Amino acid sequence: MSDVVIRAENLAKKYTIGHSSQPERYTALRDVIARGMRSAFRQAKDLALGRPIIKGDELEEVWALRDVSFGVRRGEVIGVIGRNGAGKSTLLKIFSRITEPSAGRVTIKGRVASLLEVGTGFHSELTGRENIFLNGAILGMAREEIKRKFDEIVAFAEIEKFLDTPVKRYSSGMYVRLAFAVAAHLEPEVLIVDEVLAVGDAEFQKRCLGKMDEIAQKQGRTVLFVSHNMATINRLCQRCILLDAGRVMADGYPHTVTGLYMTSDTGTMASRVWSEPGMRPGDAVARLNAVRVLQGGQIAESIDIRYPVDIEMDYECLAEGAQVLSALAFFDAQGNHLFVSADFADEQWAQPRPAGNFRSVCRVPGNLFAEGFVRVVAEVSTRKPVYQTHFLEFDSVGFQVVDTGEPGSMRAGWGRPIPGVLRPMCDWRTFARPNAPTEPKPGG
Amino acid sequence: MKEDILIIEPGRADRQYWRDLWAYRELFLILAWRDVAVRYKQTLIGVAWAVLRPFLTMVVFTLVFSKLAKLPSEGAAPYALMVFAGMLPWYLFSSALSGAADSIVANSNLIGKVYFPRMIVPAASLITALIDFLVSLALLVGLMAWYRFVPGWQVLLLPIFVLLALLVSLGPGLWISALNVKFRDFRYVIPFILQFGLYISPVGFSSTIIPDHWRLLYNLNPLVGIIDGFRWCILGGESPLYMPGFILSLAIAGIFLWLGISTFRATEKSFADLV
Repeated sequence: MSDVVIRAENLAKKYTIGHSSQPERYTALRDVIARGMRSAFRQAKDLALGRPIIKGDELEEVWALRDVSFGVRRGEVIGVIGRNGAGKSTLLKIFSRITEPSAGRVTIKGRVASLLEVGTGFHSELTGRENIFLNGAILGMAREEIKRKFDEIVAFAEIEKFLDTPVKRYSSGMYVRLAFAVAAHLEPEVLIVDEVLAVGDAEFQKRCLGKMDEIAQKQGRTVLFVSHNMATINRLCQRCILLDAGRVMADGYPHTVTGLYMTSDTGTMASRVWSEPGMRPGDAVARLNAVRVLQGGQIAESIDIRYPVDIEMDYECLAEGAQVLSALAFFDAQGNHLFVSADFADEQWAQPRPAGNFRSVCRVPGNLFAEGFVRVVAEVSTRKPVYQTHFLEFDSVGFQVVDTGEPGSMRAGWGRPIPGVLRPMCDWRTFARPNAPTEPKPGG
Repeated sequence: MKEDILIIEPGRADRQYWRDLWAYRELFLILAWRDVAVRYKQTLIGVAWAVLRPFLTMVVFTLVFSKLAKLPSEGAAPYALMVFAGMLPWYLFSSALSGAADSIVANSNLIGKVYFPRMIVPAASLITALIDFLVSLALLVGLMAWYRFVPGWQVLLLPIFVLLALLVSLGPGLWISALNVKFRDFRYVIPFILQFGLYISPVGFSSTIIPDHWRLLYNLNPLVGIIDGFRWCILGGESPLYMPGFILSLAIAGIFLWLGISTFRATEKSFADLV
């Protein structure tokens, strides 16, 4: 018998997306009607002008995954890394059967459990006890099985006293502990985990990682682990797959693959150019041309946490003599507003500017961002005579801040997630104070 | 030991759909239990809502249709009882339909994170409606005692009609819940259907007042058959069942159910990408 538990063969997933400038989570019927009328009008115009009619010109096909093949042996802990949009989530969703592949096939031997988030289906009105049963059933446990492991789950989560309290009264730490406790007792042959370990306090994270180690090493179960945290991947996995634009770019030893990931930036999210004149954000005073993320002069989607990063904004001033001010705002993946930065420090905004093209570059020092995704909002405004925004481009660009665990960052070899939305390197000095009074020694 | 082998490939989930649905029956029960538990936890007077709503509507309908409009009841049955016998399936239908229609969007956090046959969600939401129905049924028993009205043997067939009422709601419920995922406008259709339906269905009046040559046409509304069936069960001989119309109503309900299931099945694969 071969010992391959997961076999993915030529997996592909195609999404058809609307070719509209603003992304929408859902469509309203009126939009569909409006769009339908627009495309009918265009088709009628094309017909009248004798041009070929392009059907469905509002639709575009995007391959989230293409020709992905790999096998995973029993007991292997395999990490999957890649940029946002590289296909990691799609791969997980296919493995956990949330979405079907467009082509190819996956064969998995044994029971599969996927943890794409902590506490899926938890209901805040229900008590801890009720949620254990609810969440267990959602994750695929039989009622008998939950009953059998109930005490163990409660002990692991350390919530004995609050079993009959609605979880809406739980602290976030208790909530996460309970959620992970249920998941950790699933005992599947194959466990699929998506970055859920990035939550909870340090002590609990230590236990979670310990539990994952135990699941893999002692019980011989297979773990597929997706993360942005290179240090955790290096520490936990025996093998790592790098996805790029829906394809497997590398597959091998974690240190080799994470190293490759750091140096392989072509940049899609990291650079945005508005080439069509009518589509550029802005008004009659200023319009945005491009925003780029650069590190060491190269467009970079993953940036090394240790070095400065440049955000470059190209825009055109259309009005003569406007007093223009450019600003950037930084958000993390959870939507926390990290900080804003603007160029008014150098008094430039006070000077009326001639019309023409300008480039503003903002250099953010190294060792400031925390690991994870950072989203950049670009803005140009005028302060005088009245405050007026000319464009405010949300999601202009984004980049991944990566800490390889090499010296020079706050991490300094620490293998587990570090909480906090920023991670500056502060100046620490520690010295001995031989003359300060000390606690009297017992018996002395 | 035999090991489960899971194969994922395009179109495969379709082929084992009904087997999967059965395999996930425990999840169905627990989701139904969750809906019921949450419903009664979040409301101040809980059960009383299920009693108060149909009771007050019955009082108003009896006053308006019987006392003001002077419409006849069915046989010797008291008007209030006749209205309540029609109100029961109507509220079962309306709460089942609105619950099912909203269920997929309301459970979007589950849909995007775990796999299960999606039909479990709208189906489980029917159970909440059923529990509310059972509570109002107790009120009916009280009313019957008040009017000293003894039902005939037909009342034993009531469970069949309850099941039919649920199936009648499931069809459009599945259909709208699927459309709701893609076009959120459809949630506004529900209050309209329900308001409109309350007046075109024989809830406040008896379907016997419809002229005979229109009666079959009137039964194109599947609820007419269900409400007539309920009245036949509860009021017994006082309300004879109009067979051709009843069969037509069932046929229409069957078409809706087929339409609901096929639309739902065709679109459910994209739910996770849309919600």
